[in-house]
Amino acid sequence: MRQLAIISGKGGCGKTTLTAAFSSLSENTVLADCDVDASDLPLILKPQVLKTEDCLGLELASIDLKLCTGCGICREICRFGAVLENFTINPYSCEGCAVCTVACPENAVSLMPRVSGQVISSITRFGPMAHAKLDTGEEASGKLVNVVRKRALELADRHSCKFILIDGPPGTGCPVIAAITGTDLVLVLSEPTVSGLHDLKRAIELTAHFRIPTVACINKYDINEKKSLEIEAFCREAGIPLLACLPYADITTEAMMEEETVIEYAAHSGDPGAVEFANIIRNLWGEIEMRLSDTS
Amino acid sequence: MKIAIASGKGGTGKTTVAVNLALALEDVQLFDCDVEEPNCNLFLGFELEPVEEVTCLFPEINPDKCTLCGDCADFCRYNALAALPKKILLFPSLCHGCGGCSFVCPAGAIEEKSRSIGIIEKASSDTPLTFFHGILNIGEAMATLVIRSLQRHIDESRPAIIDSPPGTACPVLAVLGCADYCVLVTESTPFGFHDFLLALEVARALKVPVGVVLNRDGLGDSRVEDFCRAEGIPILLRIPNDRMIARLYSEGIPFVKEMPEWKEKFEEMFETIKALACKSTGVQ
Amino acid sequence: MKICISACGKDPDSEVDPQFGRCNYFVIIDPEIGSVTSIINPGSEASGGAGIRAAEAVVGAEVDTLLTGSVGPNAFSILSEAGIETHSGIKGTVAFALREYQSGKLALLENSNASTHSGMNKS
Ligand code: SF4
Ligand code: SF4
Ligand code: SF4
Ligand code: SF4
Repeated sequence: MRQLAIISGKGGCGKTTLTAAFSSLSENTVLADCDVDASDLPLILKPQVLKTEDCLGLELASIDLKLCTGCGICREICRFGAVLENFTINPYSCEGCAVCTVACPENAVSLMPRVSGQVISSITRFGPMAHAKLDTGEEASGKLVNVVRKRALELADRHSCKFILIDGPPGTGCPVIAAITGTDLVLVLSEPTVSGLHDLKRAIELTAHFRIPTVACINKYDINEKKSLEIEAFCREAGIPLLACLPYADITTEAMMEEETVIEYAAHSGDPGAVEFANIIRNLWGEIEMRLSDTS
Repeated sequence: MKIAIASGKGGTGKTTVAVNLALALEDVQLFDCDVEEPNCNLFLGFELEPVEEVTCLFPEINPDKCTLCGDCADFCRYNALAALPKKILLFPSLCHGCGGCSFVCPAGAIEEKSRSIGIIEKASSDTPLTFFHGILNIGEAMATLVIRSLQRHIDESRPAIIDSPPGTACPVLAVLGCADYCVLVTESTPFGFHDFLLALEVARALKVPVGVVLNRDGLGDSRVEDFCRAEGIPILLRIPNDRMIARLYSEGIPFVKEMPEWKEKFEEMFETIKALACKSTGVQ
Repeated sequence: MKICISACGKDPDSEVDPQFGRCNYFVIIDPEIGSVTSIINPGSEASGGAGIRAAEAVVGAEVDTLLTGSVGPNAFSILSEAGIETHSGIKGTVAFALREYQSGKLALLENSNASTHSGMNKS
């Protein structure tokens, strides 16, 4: 089993478009959509749901008003301002730290399990997929990402797949770490914007820490060639192979409007620009597949 | 009045809208509450000075008093403490500073100390705009604490524009929870629409009135517009899918500076928001 | 000597799980007396700090050596504090990983980042 994670410093720079395109090019692949905050892959891949399970997050305090004497100790001790004046709990503030449960002299507070989202196993036209949906106000956690990856592994086993393609969450926090640990290769997607290089550096620091082989790719390289050159120079210096530079192209949006991957869209639109764009991605995937098979 | 600029996902142009709006107006304040990726100043290029350090309490264990009973590590819901046979280890980056361990320690061996988790900075006084931002140190989890400290610097007597963190999690709730109006920035594409709906759900849960800025207008279809019309959500502004704007963005130049006709449009948008925010507080 | 291996299941035929903090089980084998036991990894269900819970459990099981894939910096500091030797690079089944270790094929982790290719090179 070979695992590839695709990450970027921040959201919205074409990561999902690229993952979707790869999924239509690769054989024997399971998708793991770990961009759980705003999971967009399903919009293109139209998964048929096989199984859904609740994922529990941090617990939530709950006060039994029959036992509560209104002494106010819990309100005072809660560092997150989660106990309201009428001794109910504001679920958006409560961090489930449990201090109120031990502080309450009447034993009136208990912690309840809280569902933070659903993890879903599905099948798409390109193969099996694991993804998740977060409930409002819930945070992507390392745990949720990990459950998605576990489901992906199970699907890979059941369907004898060779690769797992992970669409990583944005940022560099705990969920990202959970998305990249134990993978064989990380592709960092960058954009030539003011924050692009900075985001790329942070992503690479992370993969360097875990010593995961890392490659990079620039999206919309032509909106600012100067910045793209800077990114290129940085990659060269850091020893990160820059596998591709994708141009700014409306085809990505056009394909999305049709709810297709760019590869599918290029195949039937016949637009030469689209075909060219699809070819760049095809070559990029070829490179990646080679490296993935290599890294044993 | 506090106007939060938000979006369901990063990369939709939220920061662009916040910065351009602030620059188009006179006598406003801009607060960058995206403390994990505070990017506003990349476009503003202001000279910044530190205002305050944001701290969080963490436990310190006195080895002379500790009996190694392990109660503290058992209690900690965030796994920030590990009880080893000869020592209790603390992992500060996981600690939420809840104070539970010192509360439960039977030996009184835990004392709480404060540690810096981030910083608040502001633009030095000779800039045309009041600007504050907060930076959460890399590896720290408590973004909400930095946001709350930042919010304490808002001057309530003047309009404040707040660049909210992306997404729908705690930090966003902290920002939207105290806003009078929420501007959602989105693109009219399947992805944009989907992310927009998630953000809208949050704004509605917190009962904040919402208006929409359509970014990269012209790309995609009319699904966001159709939805907004049906739901009675105003479209405040359309920013076209324009190469010039994309290029200025990539160079870190706010486009109101180079394209003065936009100054007026942002001013108009602000007037609309003022009217709408008044109306909605009047009704409630 | 007790050797602990991060795994998907409870016995020597189970597949190993290279993710230390999030694996389902730790299989603990003592080759000298031929005993095999297993413990559930309390980290697998943690929202955060999974590696810490896992390392605490491994230390609690009084093992001498850990065979796994990658270990984060927090978990590694616990393991080294407790004097547990950590070797990385496992694959295949638990039994296979044990044989690989015994024939000296698994690299000793010098710091949490070390991999088979990096040697003593700290960066
Ligand atoms: S501490 Fe217990 S009794 Fe006192 S107000 Fe809180 S819940 Fe009620
Ligand atoms: S569990 Fe913690 S955060 Fe929630 S109400 Fe109790 S003390 Fe406050
Ligand atoms: S203060 Fe709370 S979060 Fe921090 S170590 Fe103590 S119990 Fe854990
Ligand atoms: S609860 Fe107090 S005495 Fe017990 S291990 Fe923790 S610090 Fe030591």
